[in-house]
Amino acid sequence: MILAVASGKGGTGKTTVSVNLAQVFGARVQLLDCDVEEPNSHLFLKGTLRESEIAAIRVPEVDESLCNACGLCSKFCQYHAIALLGATPLVFQELCHGCGGCEKICPRGAISEKERRIGVVETVEADNVTLIQGRLDVGVAMAPPLIRAVKSRLLGGVSAILDAPPGTSCPVIATIRGSDLVVLVTEPTPFGLHDLKLAVDMVKELGITFGVVVNRVGIGDDRVHRFCGERKIPVLLEIPDDRRIAEAYSRGELVIDALPEYRSRFSTLLWNIKELRGKKSGANHVRS
Amino acid sequence: MKIAFSTSGENLDAPLDGRFGRASKFILYDLEKEYFEVIDNQQNLNAAQGAGIQAAEAVVRAGANGIVTGHCGPNAYRALCAAGVAIYNCEAPTVAAALTAFRAGVLLPMESADVEGHWV
Repeated sequence: MILAVASGKGGTGKTTVSVNLAQVFGARVQLLDCDVEEPNSHLFLKGTLRESEIAAIRVPEVDESLCNACGLCSKFCQYHAIALLGATPLVFQELCHGCGGCEKICPRGAISEKERRIGVVETVEADNVTLIQGRLDVGVAMAPPLIRAVKSRLLGGVSAILDAPPGTSCPVIATIRGSDLVVLVTEPTPFGLHDLKLAVDMVKELGITFGVVVNRVGIGDDRVHRFCGERKIPVLLEIPDDRRIAEAYSRGELVIDALPEYRSRFSTLLWNIKELRGKKSGANHVRS
Repeated sequence: MKIAFSTSGENLDAPLDGRFGRASKFILYDLEKEYFEVIDNQQNLNAAQGAGIQAAEAVVRAGANGIVTGHCGPNAYRALCAAGVAIYNCEAPTVAAALTAFRAGVLLPMESADVEGHWV
């Protein structure tokens, strides 16, 4: 099973849910930190770095002696990473998404590709958890190719938890696409609800089964719960607004270790996820 | 010689837009024939990235030999340099005032980009 943990709003508890879930998983599990702009799952897992590989995308290089300035490459590139303004095309590497289209469309074979480093993919072994994380280089604004590089390390036959970046834009889509189930973590506040709605629309568009975890229950109001009830969205877990959880988090400790009374809640979450995966239909509350 | 002025309006009294890539229009003024045309740049207002490059392509295609604008980022600067188009930095409030300053020869070509890219 590939499980993605996402949210609309940032700071709702994706990493808290991901790392604690990985630890109660019971079997060997892969944890992929796809928040490559600021990976932080590693802070909660004490393991050893097994390997670190450089991730790169392929960007165009123009052979001026072959180019006749036809401009087809420039017209093709919707990201304006290659532009014809003088005698030969100019390449703006940092805008290039590495699709390879300009190389294919050039009728004179004047474009070849070279590698541009965007970050690293690191693998950390921590007991039954294999953590694979992407780390985007400073100054690079190209998360999706690195997220795909992280996901390409997924081993078949072993379950995986994907810790997604916040929001609903390209990096999130790159993370959750292809997963079996998405857990949307939110908080019962107006901001939490607003961004949850966006996230729900996104997951529905992708046609992936999903449920919600409501974190910091006790703050805000009941509108998130009402929304989930009306839409028949299963609430898979509720985590109370407990200052001790934030304190444990700030020390880099797992909730289930620092506050053992919460261990059963994460086990229940896992159970609910497996049941939802088995059912794949819109039941309302599953044992919360 | 044709000079492009970044602007939000459609005549010489319109304000000079301080932004190059995300200006909504350009007034392309022909100094010999003393007339101008308006180039639309609306497509770039909401571009996620590459607005400066696309704006540079548009003004170069229209035949501009020089650009008068408030600021110019690194990608637009590189694109315009490759095309051999000079960029003149100007604080004038209107296109007409900028045109007067250009004619008087008080505007100097920029020697580098003067603002950071907006998307990083």
